Amino acid sequence: MTDDMATADNTATADGTAVTGKTTMGRSETERETHSMLSPTAPADRRIDVLSLYPRDMNIYGDTGNITVILRRLELLGYEPVLHLYNQGDAWPDQVDLILGGGGQDSGQRKIQADFASRADILRDLAGKGVPMLLVCGLYQLFGRSFTTLEGDVLPGIGIFDAQTVGGTHRIIGNITEQSTDFGTIIGYENHSGKTTIDDGSATRPLGTVAEGCGNNGEDRSEGARVRNVIGTYCHGPLLPKNPRIADFLIRTAVINRYGSFTPTSTPEQKKELEQLDLYARRASAVAQNRPR
Amino acid sequence: MAQQSLSAFETSSQDDAAARAAAAQSADTHGFHEHLTPFVGKSVRAFSRLRGGGSSFPGLVVERFDPGFLVRTLRQLPLGVLLVSGTNGKTTTTRMVAQMLSQLGLRVFTNPTGANFVRGVISSLLPKVSLGGRLDADIAVLELDEAYSVRFVRQVQPRYALLLNVMRDQMDRFGEIDTTARLLSHAAAAASGTVILNREDRLVRSLAGYVKKPATTRYFGLASDALRALFPDDESLQEGVPSGLCPQDAARIAPETTDTDSSGSDGTEPEAHQADSDVAALPQADVLLSGIGTGSADYTFDGQTRPAFLHVTGAYNMFNAAAALAAVRAVIDDARRMTDATDARERLSVPQITRLRRFASSDTPALLRAVSSVTPAFGRGENLMVDGSPVELVLVKNPAGFRLALRTPRQKDTRTMIAINDDYADSRDMSWLWDVDFSPLAGDGVAMVSGMRAWDMALRLQYSRIHPEQVRQDVPAALSTFLDDHADAPKTIFCTYTAMLAIRHLLSQRADVPDAGVGA
Repeated sequence: MTDDMATADNTATADGTAVTGKTTMGRSETERETHSMLSPTAPADRRIDVLSLYPRDMNIYGDTGNITVILRRLELLGYEPVLHLYNQGDAWPDQVDLILGGGGQDSGQRKIQADFASRADILRDLAGKGVPMLLVCGLYQLFGRSFTTLEGDVLPGIGIFDAQTVGGTHRIIGNITEQSTDFGTIIGYENHSGKTTIDDGSATRPLGTVAEGCGNNGEDRSEGARVRNVIGTYCHGPLLPKNPRIADFLIRTAVINRYGSFTPTSTPEQKKELEQLDLYARRASAVAQNRPR
Repeated sequence: MAQQSLSAFETSSQDDAAARAAAAQSADTHGFHEHLTPFVGKSVRAFSRLRGGGSSFPGLVVERFDPGFLVRTLRQLPLGVLLVSGTNGKTTTTRMVAQMLSQLGLRVFTNPTGANFVRGVISSLLPKVSLGGRLDADIAVLELDEAYSVRFVRQVQPRYALLLNVMRDQMDRFGEIDTTARLLSHAAAAASGTVILNREDRLVRSLAGYVKKPATTRYFGLASDALRALFPDDESLQEGVPSGLCPQDAARIAPETTDTDSSGSDGTEPEAHQADSDVAALPQADVLLSGIGTGSADYTFDGQTRPAFLHVTGAYNMFNAAAALAAVRAVIDDARRMTDATDARERLSVPQITRLRRFASSDTPALLRAVSSVTPAFGRGENLMVDGSPVELVLVKNPAGFRLALRTPRQKDTRTMIAINDDYADSRDMSWLWDVDFSPLAGDGVAMVSGMRAWDMALRLQYSRIHPEQVRQDVPAALSTFLDDHADAPKTIFCTYTAMLAIRHLLSQRADVPDAGVGA
């Protein structure tokens, strides 16, 4: 795990996670097994249901990397991830602990439009219950109130974010660095033409403040949005590999929502693997921050 | 720079035709200076070469001085212009078509790699035209970038358009894949003779709808589902399991999720039947790739399947050769009609008629010999001997190409190096690395990761459960360590464009690195 994790909105700080995590560190294999036998969380209680929203039409490129990171890190923390690929027309799974959504082309957005509207209540309900979600680019826009195209057509969003987007005349493309009070420095690559504005004084806050790049609209230096445990962003790259704190926030929130506490059972090898992943993430981020746009 | 307005390309094919008419007119309106163009252009070229200057500068000067030069020069060619475009394989395929046509007896003008834009074409024409403005060639085979193909067809009407594929590539340049397909539709609409399309790529196949009579459409394709699995098009990559997931992650997919697996749980294979019916709906192909071996491939045309030995390696190059074969066959048919026509003597010189007749009589063995003689282009499946061991150089620039390159069979115990840069020519964005499943490398591992974005690549591999043995950003240091540490092993180096330039340069100091047509 990364050293200082951001905390989930609805669970505040009192979950004892860090302590549990630290006591596991350095235990021998036998001790760990004993621990897991005595643990109140039997293997069956470690399943986490991750839903990928419209992977067929809203996955412009690279956003699969966010799925990869969530699955692998859950596994390395001793959880059992199950991935649901939800496309339009599919049955909605009974249990959803974490939602990941990507960006799409205009044609992809049109294809999901009707189904998305029919799932709006479920998504709003889950967001209200504190289910962690990450929406990138196109789905970030559609989680807002509306998207107004260049021609003046207004596509309704599902209004989880108090924000609206208008189509732009040119694409905003390039490396981006932002500062977030929740997650520290965030590194990404933006590629969008829509311009998003968050309503003043609403419950929705920007994810971060742009240090290098354009962000939501190029005017107020805001990037992305956050309301409760739902995060929206224009960062591809993909976002989670170079920003594991956000991945760990999503994971921990999902686990606590489902099981009441977060109790990683990583073996020493798994801990080492997580450390190696985070080391590479830090080095890759350091390079990305100094590259031209 | 990346935000250059795409609206410049958002024109209809009628606009293209109107622009071409204007260009033709300006080529006809003879100014006094037109006779000076070859002299001026050649002089500028000579001076800029002395200065060691950029290769497109003479093109710029000529474009300003004599806007009709390009049209006037290219329309002398009896077999016209064959334009090659698409996301992957255009350099190799252009080289294949040009080399095959030459081998079969035609005089061919072609643009070197790196000059795949209009000014680059003009610059490369300058040394080839006589002072009188004559271009001594029968056909021009031109590689054009998707965006520049639009600009080109607004000036010059190609006779042939060979369109290969549309993949998620330089989306930081073109924005969206639908845009890329729209760019190619201009070339399909402009061709006056034959449009040759990849029938296996849905977006490319749909370009047939843009072809305007009397132009006709031909296809090249794959003969089996087994081969089809090697070359998924962009759409099938989006279906089912997301393409970047490694098998361990894909195994996490909930069983109730539909259309993710081809094998039914009851032992039947419902998807296979569906695939078969899809295949039946595909248009008839003129040339099919029907088998892949090491150093050879099988091609089916005229109802017969025959093997061809190839200098180029990699499954993708064997498919490119099918594309090239289909294009060459279209040109042969035209040459035959042209030389048989009663007015042939009025339209062609005697030496041209002789050349075209010989070319038109090319038989199947001659075609197969021609495809066998093709040598690989820069970094497209090159095999070099370095210090007595084979080193394969593979250019990677987008997920589809990288996936295919990883799935090309290699000798056991091959040591692997990957070098990823992020200059403009490479792609600034690293997102694409996450759409590639690297699990084919899990067996033999990855010995070295290098390039400006080495840590991004290392991070990607680590999430695929592949632990790179060494990571060194500096390409020269990484390469020399990699070569020294694995001196006796066969080696493969996957690299992005600018990393490839650096590595070829470094290798040329240790080994014989052939000229592979790098223009820039």
